[in-house]
Amino acid sequence: MKARVHVMLKNGVLDPQGEAVRHALGALGFGGVEGVRQGKVIELDLADGTSEETVKEMCEKLLANTVIESYTIELA
Amino acid sequence: MKAAVIVFPGSNCDRDLAVAFERAGADVTMVWHKDTDLPEGIDIVGIPGGFSFGDYLRCGAIAANSPICRSVVKHAERGGYALGICNGFQILTETGLLPGALMRNAGLKFICKQVGLNVATADSAFTAGYSAGQEVTIPVAHHDGNYNADADLLARLQGEDRVAFTYTENPNGSDGDIAGILSDNRRVLGMMPHPERAVDPRHGGADGSAMFRSLMDQLVSA
Repeated sequence: MKARVHVMLKNGVLDPQGEAVRHALGALGFGGVEGVRQGKVIELDLADGTSEETVKEMCEKLLANTVIESYTIELA
Repeated sequence: MKAAVIVFPGSNCDRDLAVAFERAGADVTMVWHKDTDLPEGIDIVGIPGGFSFGDYLRCGAIAANSPICRSVVKHAERGGYALGICNGFQILTETGLLPGALMRNAGLKFICKQVGLNVATADSAFTAGYSAGQEVTIPVAHHDGNYNADADLLARLQGEDRVAFTYTENPNGSDGDIAGILSDNRRVLGMMPHPERAVDPRHGGADGSAMFRSLMDQLVSA
């Protein structure tokens, strides 16, 4: 089975990289880009039967820094 | 004073930190990240700068979960001293020993230069050799030194006199101009600037020496 973890900076935490991407899009002539947030996607290949609870523990312990980041888990 | 300096794959200031401790008169042991225990009788653990584990995932995240870091956390929880510099500061926030987080510099560039710091408190074993309000010059070299603290944390750090150093001219976007903070028992210091790179006039300045001398004074008499 696979799990896909999305890690994003929490709302309210300024994202300097997202801001830089927004400026670059503007410089390329794309109007109307009001905000860009950059995060990461982590794909996990897991033994069948791994619980969502276990993936959540992985996120809390390592994959996300919950001081500044939030995460969502997709199991497939 | 017995000091341990932790070495991770990718650490690059470990020798400098060891030399800074040695020059202050400390007995220094280098400790590999896979070791599970600190040597007996360690007074202070130094967590050096560098790029532990290639900064993969997040700066300091993987190092913070290494076997030795579990011992470092126990050492700090027992009231032991720890000094984390640059990547070491990032590692200390990732272990939860220090609050907040270090993010990408607001200007997105790696910054390597001398910066001015204000000593915000002299009330710690690390800063007792300075006077509060003193301005010192210490180099920074980092890409992720933008200290993030929400309004509550910032108020708490300032209210409890736990901000150790602030930048005279904020180079990286840090909240509250914060360059270094203390734990609530004042025995763990994390800072982005490198005092160990300023312990000899030939470094271009020796404003960092007072930190190591003051640690020596405080920990030997303790």
